[in-house]
Amino acid sequence: MKYVDEFRNPQKAKALLREIEKLIARIDICRHRPLSLMEVCGGHTHTIFKFGVETMLPDAVELVHGPGCPVCVLPMGRVDDCVALAETPGVIFTTFGDAMRVPGSKKSLLQAKAGGADVRMVYSPLDALKLARLYPEKEIVFFGLGFETTMPSTALTILQAEREGIRNFSLFCNHITIIPTIKAILDSPELQIDGFLGPGHVSMVIGTRPYRFIAEHYKRPLVIAGFEPLDVLQSVWMLLKQIAEGRCEIENQYNRVVPEDANREALAAVNRVYELREFFEWRGLGSIDHSGVRLRAAYARYDAERKFSVPAIRIADPKSCQCGEVLKGVIKPWECKVFGKACTPEKPLGALMVSSEGACAAYYQFGAIPRQKQGTNAA
Amino acid sequence: MTALPNTMHFAAPVRRRGTISVPTVTLAHGGGGSAMRNLIDDVFVSVFDNPALAPLEDQARFSLAELSRLGDRLAFTTDSYVVDPLFFPGGDIGKLAVCGTINDLAVGGAIPLYLTCSAIIEEGLEVDTLRALAKSMALAAADAGVSIVTGDTKVVHKGTCDKLFLNTAGIGIIREGVNLGADRCRPGDAVLVNGLLGDHGAAILNARGDMALSTAIESDCAALHELIAELLAAAPATRFIRDATRGGLATVLNEAARASGAGIEIWETATPMREEVKAFCEILGLDPLYLANEGKIVCVVPKDEQAAALQSLRGHPLGRGAAIVGHVTGESPGRVVMNTAFGGRRIVDMLVGDQLPRIC
Ligand code: SF4
Repeated sequence: MKYVDEFRNPQKAKALLREIEKLIARIDICRHRPLSLMEVCGGHTHTIFKFGVETMLPDAVELVHGPGCPVCVLPMGRVDDCVALAETPGVIFTTFGDAMRVPGSKKSLLQAKAGGADVRMVYSPLDALKLARLYPEKEIVFFGLGFETTMPSTALTILQAEREGIRNFSLFCNHITIIPTIKAILDSPELQIDGFLGPGHVSMVIGTRPYRFIAEHYKRPLVIAGFEPLDVLQSVWMLLKQIAEGRCEIENQYNRVVPEDANREALAAVNRVYELREFFEWRGLGSIDHSGVRLRAAYARYDAERKFSVPAIRIADPKSCQCGEVLKGVIKPWECKVFGKACTPEKPLGALMVSSEGACAAYYQFGAIPRQKQGTNAA
Repeated sequence: MTALPNTMHFAAPVRRRGTISVPTVTLAHGGGGSAMRNLIDDVFVSVFDNPALAPLEDQARFSLAELSRLGDRLAFTTDSYVVDPLFFPGGDIGKLAVCGTINDLAVGGAIPLYLTCSAIIEEGLEVDTLRALAKSMALAAADAGVSIVTGDTKVVHKGTCDKLFLNTAGIGIIREGVNLGADRCRPGDAVLVNGLLGDHGAAILNARGDMALSTAIESDCAALHELIAELLAAAPATRFIRDATRGGLATVLNEAARASGAGIEIWETATPMREEVKAFCEILGLDPLYLANEGKIVCVVPKDEQAAALQSLRGHPLGRGAAIVGHVTGESPGRVVMNTAFGGRRIVDMLVGDQLPRIC
C-alpha cells in the first residue's frame, strides 16, 4: 500500500484542485457551459466513483463515462452464445467474475450455472488452461473479453496450449479494439466531448501513437491517464491546461507505466493469433467496423465459435434501453427513463447497470451525491 | 460468564456410550440405527456432555421459572454454516457455528444460554475431522459459558453437500429494560466498531488458496456476548448493535439507515483496517467495507454515551481496536455516505449480489 498511498494523497489532491480552479477561470467555454470530459476506460469510471473524485471537481467540469467497460458493451446475443456454450454437455465454461451477471435474452451465466451448467470463475486465462490439463475428458471454453489490455494474455494462453498440444481448450473470443471505438464516438453527430482521458492499461500495449488522429483530425485533446485518483485529477488538470492554452495534443500522464512505443512482444503475440473482424456488434453503439478480433484460421481448433455450434443470433437491445446515449455522453445515466425503475443492479435491463465499471451501476451505487448536486431525482 | 439455571436434571438412563472405529462417515451412519447412535455418541455427546443433553431425548427441556429469573424476553435465533474450507487460520466451522449464533443472540442484548447443533455430513468425511470440529464446538461453548443441549445428524450422498454443513440454533434471555433496534438510530448518534474490519473474509479467501498470497491474516472469529454486556452496562442507552458478518460494515450500516430513515456518514480514515487486508482487497478488486467479520460488532450509541461506550469497548480484550467511525445524520435519509481518505464523498450502498460465497 505504500506505493499506492503516494497516488492517493489528499493534500496533493487539494493542491491540484486549486490549480484546476485557476485554469477554469481562464477557459472561455466554462462561462457558458460545463466542460465535458470523457473517460474512455471503465477502470477510470471505477476509480472516479470509488474515491469520490467527481464530488471534488468544480461544477464547471463534467465527466462523461465512456464505453470502456468491456462487459457493458457486450451485446445480448453474445451472452446468449455464452449460455449456449456453457450448457453444452461436457463443457466447463470459464469466465472472469464480472461477466457472470450480464443479462442475456433469456438468462445470464449465473442463472445458467444455477440451472446446472458448469460455469467457473477464473482470474486469468491460464487458470482456464490449468483446468484443461486437469480435466482432459472435458472441453474447457474460456470467455475472452476486453480491450487490448487482456488480448495479449489470451493470445499467449492460446500459444501455450498449442505448445503443449492441449486440444480440449478453446476461446470464445469477444475481444474488442479501442481505436475504432473512440472513432465511432467521435463520429457520432450528437457528440459533445471537449477532451478525453485515455485508457492507461490499453496504452501499455499499444503505446501512445495510435491516438494521434484524435488530436490531429478531430481536434480533441487526449491525456492517457493512470488509475489512481491523483492520476485522474492530474489528467483532468492536464486536459484543462491544454484547453486553456488552446493546445490540442496527445499527452501521457501515465508515463511511469505507458511508453510512447507499443509493447512489441505483446503486440506480436496478438497479431499472430488474432485478425480483425469486419465488424463487431456493440451493445448500445451498434455495429462498429473493425472493432473486434477473432482467432486466425491457423488457430481455428482453439476457436469456440468454430468448434461448437453457437446460435449467434442478433438480439436488439430493449426499446426502453438508452445505453447508447449514455455511452456517447448524450444523456446522463439518471436521465434514462428506466434508470432505477425497470433497470437496477439487481435486475439490469441495460448492460451499463451490470458491472461496477458501468456508468449506470456506478451512479446507482455510489452516485446519489452528484445526482443530488445536479438537482435531479435521486433514487 | 453466565450462570446457568440449574434445574434441568432429568434422570438420565444409564447406558453405555457407543464408539466408531471406521475412518470415514458412510451412509450407514445416517440410517437411524446403531451406527448412527454410535457416531453421535462418539463424536458429539462425548464432548458436549451436559445435563440437558444427557437424556438424549428428542428435545432439550428447560424450566421456564428459571429462565424468567434472568430477564423478561426469550431470544431465539438460528444460523447455518457452510464455510469452505472447514479449517482456516483463526478458527474452523465448529468454532464459527458456536460463536456466530452466540453473537446473533448477544447483539439483541440477550444472555446466550443454549445452543443446538445439526450436522449435515457428506459421506466420506473423515471421522477424525468431525471429532476435531465437535471438540472445537465444545471448547468454544465452554469458553462462552453456553451449553449445546440437543442436536441432529444427517449423512447425505457424496456430492450433495460439501463435506460438512452445520446449523446451530440458540436461545438466550433479554434482561428487562434492554431494547435494541436498528430503527432507533437518531441524528447525532455515534457509530462504533470494536476493532479491525475484514479479517475473517480475507482469511477465508486466502485460505482457499485461489490467490496464492502468503499473507498471515487470521479470522477474528470470537464470541462477543461479554463485550456486549459490558458495553450495555457502560452505555445503557445504546440504540442498536449488529454483528458485521456477511456483507460487512457497509451492509449493517445500510440496514440501520433504512430501518431508521436517517442517514449515516462515515470516514474512511477512521475505519480500522489492516494494511494487509486493504492490499488484499486491492489486488482482488474487492471493497473491504463489505468483507465479512466474525468477531466484530457495529453499535450506535447516543452522543452523550459515545465516550463511555468507546472506553468500555477498548477495555475488553476483543475491543482493543475499537473506534468511532462515523455518526447518524439528518441528511440523505436511508443512505450511507463515506468521506473518502482521498477527500471525496461517495455512497456506500447495499451489495447487489456477487457476494463471496460460503464465507461463513
Ligand atoms: S439505466 Fe439501464 S437501460 Fe438505461 S442506460 Fe442505464 S443501463 Fe441502459
